[in-house]
Amino acid sequence: MSFMPYVSPDQLMKDRSEYAHKGIARGRSVIGLEFADGLLFIAENPSATLHKISEIYDRIAFAGVGKYSEFEDLRIAGIRLADLRGYSYGREDVKARDLANAYSQALSTIFTQQMKPYEVEILVGEVNGEVDGTSIYHVLFDGSVTDEHGFVAIGGHADDLTEELKERYNAGWDLATAVKTAVQVLGAPDQRTIEHDHIESGVLERSQSRRRKFRRLTDDEIAGFLAG
Amino acid sequence: MTDRVELPLSGASFGANPSFVELLRRQRPEALPSALQMSGALEVAQGTTVLGLRFADGIVMAGDRRATAGYAIADAKMKKVFAADDLSAIAIAGAAGQAVETVRLFQLELEHYEKLTGDRLSLEGKANRLAQMIRANFPLAMQGLVVVPLFGGYDVARSEGRLFYYDATGGRWEEENYQATGSGAQPAKNSLKKRWRPGLTHEEALRVAAEALIDAAEDDVATGGPDLARGIFPVVVTVTALGATESSDEDVASAVRAVLEARS
Repeated sequence: MSFMPYVSPDQLMKDRSEYAHKGIARGRSVIGLEFADGLLFIAENPSATLHKISEIYDRIAFAGVGKYSEFEDLRIAGIRLADLRGYSYGREDVKARDLANAYSQALSTIFTQQMKPYEVEILVGEVNGEVDGTSIYHVLFDGSVTDEHGFVAIGGHADDLTEELKERYNAGWDLATAVKTAVQVLGAPDQRTIEHDHIESGVLERSQSRRRKFRRLTDDEIAGFLAG
Repeated sequence: MTDRVELPLSGASFGANPSFVELLRRQRPEALPSALQMSGALEVAQGTTVLGLRFADGIVMAGDRRATAGYAIADAKMKKVFAADDLSAIAIAGAAGQAVETVRLFQLELEHYEKLTGDRLSLEGKANRLAQMIRANFPLAMQGLVVVPLFGGYDVARSEGRLFYYDATGGRWEEENYQATGSGAQPAKNSLKKRWRPGLTHEEALRVAAEALIDAAEDDVATGGPDLARGIFPVVVTVTALGATESSDEDVASAVRAVLEARS
């Protein structure tokens, strides 16, 4: 017969929360920001193939920090939900808000009911035809969601990056300025210059004529922006 | 069919299945068509003639616009040729509703795979996947809802355009030069046999395709010829290394006019 020692729910949640926080703080960060033509997700990522940033649907993108296997899980679940919904109804019926809600529900269930919480934070971004049609949802490991405006930083140095962005951010940036400044901000907490081949970036561009508005910035493109 | 394998120890499934069709079968099986126990074929709209040919930079696919139900014209402006993704196209003949749905599923299958894995399927992979989807339709084909596609695209690994055709059982063959399927396939192929040659330019390929469809319409009642009065022209999709594009009505119209003028 085994004994479960009594732990107060208060203490249990606190422990789990601390555990998740620690896991996320170890990893690198992602910045999401609105610029003149849409939405930019950008991160320091030495790997060119293990992505933190990805396409979910026509106008929706995803970014995750923390434990790779866990946010990859969430990314795949998001693509499946979006594609199923788009097939069952119509392509324009797939909305970032619904996805953010689904993520929130899933993460909240995992946080309260499983042994170990997910050590992740994610961003779900969406652009629409109009300038004010942009939205960024920030979902935490315990399922809490916030609707962000302008810019947001998640991951290891989130607080420092947010402070830095507060001082420098301008909603009218073009893509080149947005990328260049975001890379400087990513390196600011420990005064580093991050090389272009360690930057991963994806954008949702309103002016994109294709149905799928997401594209990854290439290495050359990023190098060009940083040199310019 | 599933491409999930089990790890011998944990029993947990291994790897994310990148197939949309499999996902749909698991989550919403009622969304996929299934065969009924019934005798006698249903009379449904049939899409008629489509064709594909290789040219210097890739492939061209074209289809007439008619759908028939028995002796009636069900649709005079049906679209049977589609871009499947950025580097491939699909043209489809047979039971119209079933055919269009197969195209929609196939397009989603390619997009879903691309998003999940971060890689585009190889052209060979796409062609095989389509064969499996047609094979899954076989019970319906036995009830008369036959769907026979042509598939083609630009093979990045080989730097050339490639063309595949299928039968109702999901059999898949690669075609070197040109191919047609549907009720007007025979006259269209006869025409292509005379006009096709290696290394056609895009303009020439467009004209060869237009001529083959005009020939098919002359010899087959179910194939609709270009209708200059109402402005109904074949749908043409071209795939090259630069992508898949649908030709404008003006471009197709001028190819059609060139053919008709040469004959008058």
